[in-house]
Amino acid sequence: MKTTRLLAWLAIAIGAIYFIVPLIGTFEFSLRMRRGEYSFDAYRSVFTDMQFRATFGFSMLMALFTIVFGMLLVVPTAYWVRLRLPQLRPVVEFITLLPLVIPAIVIVFGYLRLYNSSSFLPLTNSTTGTNMLLVFSYMTLSLPYMYRAVDTAMRMIDVATLTEAAESLGAKWPTILFRCIFPNVMSGVLSGAFITFAIVMGEFTMASLLNRPAFGPYLQLVGANKAYEPSALAIIAFAITWLSMGLLQLVSRFHKTAPVKA
Amino acid sequence: MTFLSLSHLQKSFGPVQVVNDFNMDIEKGEFVSFLGPSGCGKTTVLRMIAGFETPSGGTITVAGKNQAGLKPNQRNIGMVFQAYALFPNMNVFDNVAFGLKVAGRPQQEIASRVKEMLGLIKLEHLADRFPYQLSGGQQQRVALARALAPKPQVLLLDEPLSALDAKIRVSLREEIRMIQQQLGITTVFVTHDQEEALSISDRIVVMNAGCADQIGTPAEIYNRPATRFVASFVGTLNLIEAKVIDPAANRVSIGDQGVTLREPVGPVKPGDTISLALRPEAGSIAEGAKGDTALTGEVISSNFLGSVVRTRMRVGPSVISFDMFNNPGLVPPAAGDTVTLRFTATDLLVIRD
Repeated sequence: MKTTRLLAWLAIAIGAIYFIVPLIGTFEFSLRMRRGEYSFDAYRSVFTDMQFRATFGFSMLMALFTIVFGMLLVVPTAYWVRLRLPQLRPVVEFITLLPLVIPAIVIVFGYLRLYNSSSFLPLTNSTTGTNMLLVFSYMTLSLPYMYRAVDTAMRMIDVATLTEAAESLGAKWPTILFRCIFPNVMSGVLSGAFITFAIVMGEFTMASLLNRPAFGPYLQLVGANKAYEPSALAIIAFAITWLSMGLLQLVSRFHKTAPVKA
Repeated sequence: MTFLSLSHLQKSFGPVQVVNDFNMDIEKGEFVSFLGPSGCGKTTVLRMIAGFETPSGGTITVAGKNQAGLKPNQRNIGMVFQAYALFPNMNVFDNVAFGLKVAGRPQQEIASRVKEMLGLIKLEHLADRFPYQLSGGQQQRVALARALAPKPQVLLLDEPLSALDAKIRVSLREEIRMIQQQLGITTVFVTHDQEEALSISDRIVVMNAGCADQIGTPAEIYNRPATRFVASFVGTLNLIEAKVIDPAANRVSIGDQGVTLREPVGPVKPGDTISLALRPEAGSIAEGAKGDTALTGEVISSNFLGSVVRTRMRVGPSVISFDMFNNPGLVPPAAGDTVTLRFTATDLLVIRD
């Protein structure tokens, strides 16, 4: 019994060292920009860099569009599949899992082949078109997480009975969807949104190959040309991810305190 | 005058016929219960009235208007579900107001109607609570108020008490009946609980395998079951095998004891076997018990059930149960005792399949 507990603690310690030591090292290195003493100069340098602000702002905007359009695609789809086409659920689940097994580079090349300047829908001809393409590709990337988050939230409420109750009270589809269903799957929507946000903020392949000024390519650029700033940026990127995960936990906990009975 | 008419209603799911030639006329203000076991088609009929299922055949008319082609949100039919189905994101007030808001009623009218409805279910003080802050009984009362708020033509109750505990079930069913009578709303209630159906209905439809086996008042259903299924499903009933002795004189034998029935035994020959039914509460073994018919048998067991003691005795090939009201001085017969059960011949019913 004692040996088992000791082994468990040992496993935890090894895991913690494996994950935490590089982080501590990176953080420590990011503070060494000023010779002979610790300082936040690297962070100051990053935050004052105009390119950082531009790329960070651009990625934030793209994340926002991805979340909004992703939700508009995923919530009605998950709702309809759950309500009317339950036999299609395995198919839809399979489709939403595809972005996990198809490399991002394959997806983006597929997009470029379909929507290049000489195609039937030349989205890459304009900046707006390319940005749209980037949002669509981010939507594809986040689909596995977004769909599952929303679908799980829908599983917690009796979608079919709530829909019938609303219908019997005279409600039409838009009212049912936006007033009865959407607010009750908000925790799932927010969970999906935070994961999407974290993915989009660090995404490199799509943005780089579509040549858009996003945060991911900026991280790579800084990493290749500077010494201390990349460490500061790595810590900032981690902080963004942790913040998203923390908010996700908070939303889940909030949902647990208000159980849904339908 | 007929208000809700169900005519030759049919419903099949693929090759499975769930409802088969169902006919019923319901008067305005009537409280009708669909009673039957799981899978008998009662909920399917209810869902067809609500518009959630499309009939494979037949017509549904409400106030003379054919409901064919009308969506559920166009029918003005209120429905209460077994699972409450309150909107979790809305408080009690908003839940009750939902139908009125959807109909675009003015704010003032909504507020006064919601207040009236909450008064009806005696939950005015919980208007700000969310569904998860209410008990099951309170949630179901809110669901009832929500269904009634838009003044529906018909109220459908789909096993609304099944998820509640026994005590609340009894009080809520009485409350439902009281509100229904107060508002005079035509109501269809689906249940598999015979006690519920018997206690609150004007009429009961006993359903079996997609058909209405019998339609009648609770007393008719209980006292004069039309089929073997109704007899076995509603209440506890002794089914007794009897041999016909003289069809013209309605004379039969149960074991080796002769009995003369009051009702005709039907088109049978001497020697044929027929089924008779006798309620456990119909007879008595007490000294000086009244009754023109008697059966003597050997006691198999006596079980104490609280308000009654139920004794089982063997008469020929049949086992007959009878009830005795409990009292502190009651000494139930022991296994092996020989007792004589007296009852009136009219209590012995001939069961036709």
